[in-house]
Amino acid sequence: MLAGRFPLLAGASLEVREGEVVHLRGPNGAGKTSLLKVLAGLLAVHSGEATVLGRDLVADRRAVRREVGMLGHESFLYEELTVEENLLFAVRATRGAVTGITPVLEQFGFGVRLAGLPLGRCSAGQRRRAALAVLVARRARLWLLDEPHAGLDQDGRDLLDELLGSSRAAGRTVVFASHELDRAEAIADRVVYLAGGRVVEPPQLDEPQEAASQSLPARDGSPAIAGSESKAAAHVA
Amino acid sequence: MLRDAVLVAGKDLRIEMRSRVGLNQVGPFAIAVLLLFGLALGPDRRELAPASAGLFWVAVLLSTILAVQRSYAIESADAARDGLRLSGLDPAGIFLGKAGAVAAQLLVLEAALTVGVALLYGTHLSGAVVLVAACAVGTVGLSAVGTLYGVVASGLRTRETLLPLLFLPVVAPVLLAATKAWDAAIAGTPGRADSWLDVLVVFAVLYLAIGTVAFGPLLEDE
Repeated sequence: MLAGRFPLLAGASLEVREGEVVHLRGPNGAGKTSLLKVLAGLLAVHSGEATVLGRDLVADRRAVRREVGMLGHESFLYEELTVEENLLFAVRATRGAVTGITPVLEQFGFGVRLAGLPLGRCSAGQRRRAALAVLVARRARLWLLDEPHAGLDQDGRDLLDELLGSSRAAGRTVVFASHELDRAEAIADRVVYLAGGRVVEPPQLDEPQEAASQSLPARDGSPAIAGSESKAAAHVA
Repeated sequence: MLRDAVLVAGKDLRIEMRSRVGLNQVGPFAIAVLLLFGLALGPDRRELAPASAGLFWVAVLLSTILAVQRSYAIESADAARDGLRLSGLDPAGIFLGKAGAVAAQLLVLEAALTVGVALLYGTHLSGAVVLVAACAVGTVGLSAVGTLYGVVASGLRTRETLLPLLFLPVVAPVLLAATKAWDAAIAGTPGRADSWLDVLVVFAVLYLAIGTVAFGPLLEDE
């Protein structure tokens, strides 16, 4: 993946099994957001291999999108539409059933009045909740989350952690980037470290708590994401 | 594809009805253009009436730019454009939906401008069938071109200035053909508009086809 002629990811080899919850960790500029966008098919892979949910992103990066849900720094929603209308649009776009929307809205604290509020009039935390509600309503098989706890209040964070914790049972795979290490360690099956656009070995850390988090075992299962890399660009398969 | 087009058009029109940007900004802008042309050419309606067809279509062209820019402005807030890409909707459906929403707004605007031309310029509007046909087909062409070039411009920082540069030269045939068709209708010789209507149809079909194919790669362009 290139920004101009400069590779944003170069050496990102990663394999994630179905039902796994993977925490991407690394300093600012390490390539976490770029990797998530590659997995969502938003950014092109210029070299290497990338397979997500059995779909080859190099051949067709649009193919996977109906089954992927992404939460970025933005909500990806429309400010002029109400929370409910945003969910309806997202679900209809994926050919999903709209009958399940009301329980999802209630799960995220959107009663009738709040659900009818234009998103532009919602607080930052409510927008974040709305974006999460879209992921649930779309029944995405792969969740790609970039700093998902940001902007959420305590209840929202607990709800998010509960959702991530039940991912395997719900049949979804989660890859998320977070600097909230305490929460991330509690819900992740595995930690993947990125630095300079590469997947790297866990750094040698002095803190016992952080060292312990690196040794979380991967769960068994079929690969949801797999990849290998040649030399100058990301490949996630 | 058509299902996706209806979904996107419905979303865009719902947003426009709620924000009322078209009603509060694009409409008044178009009327202001007609007024300014009137001021520039003078108060003599004998001079204004013969030019009314051309002035009408220039006002429509300029308004189309605003409508297309607005159509993509709603996709730029909160990275909604990425959300649209992530939605899994057929890109051809997105193109047709956005073009359809722009066309619907333009048709309403044209109805208002037609009244404006009659009132401000004293133009006697005869040949209603040709007038309506030229508006319908010309608007489809304008919306298709605008939506196609709009997606190119919307991904760039220079979007506000680039769209008119891309759009206006390409739609010159629409300006010419639609103006000639309206002139023929207003002059009471609607039969002379046939060939110009054919030009509008060919243009509309051509750009609908190009847009359906090219919109996806252009939307994905980083």
